[in-house]
Amino acid sequence: MADELYEIEEAVPVNTVEAYLRTDRLPHIWCPGCGIGTTVNCFAHALETSGLDLDKVAVVSGIGCTGRVAGYTNLDSFHTTHGRAIPFATGLKLANPRLKVVVYSGDGDLTAIGGNHFIHAARRNLDMTVILVNNFIYGMTGGQVAPTTPLTATATTAPYGNFEQPFNLPYLAESSGAVYVARWTSYHVRHVTKAIKEALAKKGFSFVEILAPCPTLFNRRNKLGDGLDQMIYYRENSEIRNGADTKTIGLGFQGKIIVGKFVDSERPTYLDMMNEYYRKKFGDTYEEYRG
Amino acid sequence: MKADPKGVLTGAHFIDGDHACSEGAIAAGCRFVAGYPITPSTEVVERIAERFPFVGGVFIQMEDELASSIAIQGAVWGGKKAMTVTSGPGFSLMMEHIGYAAMTETPCVFVDVQRGGPSTGLPTQPAQADMMQARWGSHGDYGIIALSPNSPQECFDLAIKSFNLSEQYRVPVLLMMDECVGHMTERVVIPRSDQIEIYPRRYYEGAKEEYMPYAVNGGMVPRMVKAGDGYRIHVTGLTHDERGYPSMTVSAQEKLVRRLVEKIRLNADAIVEYKEDQTDDADVMVVTYGITSRVAIPAIEQARKEGLKVGHLRLVVVWPFPEKRIRALASSVKAFVVPEINYGQIVYEVERCAAGKSPVELVPHGGGSVHNPKDIYNAIRLMKG
Repeated sequence: MADELYEIEEAVPVNTVEAYLRTDRLPHIWCPGCGIGTTVNCFAHALETSGLDLDKVAVVSGIGCTGRVAGYTNLDSFHTTHGRAIPFATGLKLANPRLKVVVYSGDGDLTAIGGNHFIHAARRNLDMTVILVNNFIYGMTGGQVAPTTPLTATATTAPYGNFEQPFNLPYLAESSGAVYVARWTSYHVRHVTKAIKEALAKKGFSFVEILAPCPTLFNRRNKLGDGLDQMIYYRENSEIRNGADTKTIGLGFQGKIIVGKFVDSERPTYLDMMNEYYRKKFGDTYEEYRG
Repeated sequence: MKADPKGVLTGAHFIDGDHACSEGAIAAGCRFVAGYPITPSTEVVERIAERFPFVGGVFIQMEDELASSIAIQGAVWGGKKAMTVTSGPGFSLMMEHIGYAAMTETPCVFVDVQRGGPSTGLPTQPAQADMMQARWGSHGDYGIIALSPNSPQECFDLAIKSFNLSEQYRVPVLLMMDECVGHMTERVVIPRSDQIEIYPRRYYEGAKEEYMPYAVNGGMVPRMVKAGDGYRIHVTGLTHDERGYPSMTVSAQEKLVRRLVEKIRLNADAIVEYKEDQTDDADVMVVTYGITSRVAIPAIEQARKEGLKVGHLRLVVVWPFPEKRIRALASSVKAFVVPEINYGQIVYEVERCAAGKSPVELVPHGGGSVHNPKDIYNAIRLMKG
């Protein structure tokens, strides 16, 4: 009788995320405790339930730790130049509007060197999803101050603490014209997954900011412990406030974090505007652009 | 294949070089242009903006030249033929993306309507001082192709040739116009579409699971695919292997960068194009390109009238440089005269290939206008020996 126990089929763990990754490129380069991998996991789960044809999803990254995401996703993926993921994605999307274009990059890449492109893509309401992992620092180059580094936090190029006002990214995105704006942390895996799924389903410029620990540089330099300590901080200090006025949700150093979905609105995309305008202007002589 | 008749304005036109360049691009099949306004190139994108709604193209005026020069590459991977257009200061901003196009082997066209520099320089006046920047402006080793038209007609013709070469070799091709050619209005004859030869993008056609994005199988140029076709490609500016995956090794670097350089260097004979006039008996060879080739003609004619044996070699393709031809000439002529609207750029290439066999005289010009033909004539007289 006891032998029957062994006839029970052994449970084989199924990693549903693997199908979304270039497993031949693993292990990845991210440090233990880094939050970027968690966001990629959420992205994969969001894709899993999105109903999207994965052959029509393209990921575009810039340069930096998060810039490496494109290299690990088993999708058409483009690792571009520093700060230029959004303009590359602009060309890609306009060339083939049937693609679902996802820009996946870091805070320095997208809002310092690439800040100009960020606001213009939002203004134009280009149909793309921008996933920004904000770890408050330049990780790849060794811990320099970023436009997101909170006041007083230290970095190698702000050794006595940062005295520059950081960006409040949801506010920047909303005021530039984004139609979907959310912020979560890598602690909020279900919320992040849901936000990415919503953003992917959204037509127009959708933006998801995900705060994530950088244990190697930001945490260590600022004596914030390891990745787990930062997750505990996220859990204890995050307040979900959907629909919050983005003007009021700037981030301080280890202060309260307002998370949630702040903007979910409708506005014609760049190509909708172009086609509609030309159709009105030129009538039948204009053939709608479909790529 | 032949050009799509939809974009081709067959007939004789009286237009400037900038507009002719736009028409050449459209005839070549370009359907995505990203640009940023800058004198004296703006008329190119203005005409594109006017024409594109009716030929199924997208023109977008980006927020800067950095954006323009990478947006076109996104569009290429999305399946379009694409171009950006600029002048000196904007060209400087585009350097990084010439490197990205070279590294990722993204076929695309950069038009530089040259003006006086450095910096903001002479926005409305000509120069030919971006020629070395065109060749070497981005960091690292790579090959590019650069062409130099000397008339609006050639702005049209060479725009088509630029697209064709970019597809054939999967390189950024630089159409090096100048303010003078760009703003000069002349007769431009646009042929019938079935008379325009187009080099189509060479897409991969084999089994999907066997596709290696950067495998060349004994050749020099890999086959492309585009996003959305199910290949799940990875493209990176990092040094990469045949799969397109980053590979930070000396051997990967050697294999890739050597090919990027050699696919142009070893194909130079097929790519170079130059025009020769009265070179058979020449003692003095005037080497020119772009607008300067036309300014040199009265000087050469005057010298010929006086019995001096002067020949004229005009570079249509400047990069790769026609090393073989200049080397051969160096053994037969007594001297080279190189007028250019800069303080010495292509003259160094002529010197390198002349290799001390015959002296080389630069006729410099700081920019702002073309040469006085008299200066070229004087140099010919000086060098006649």
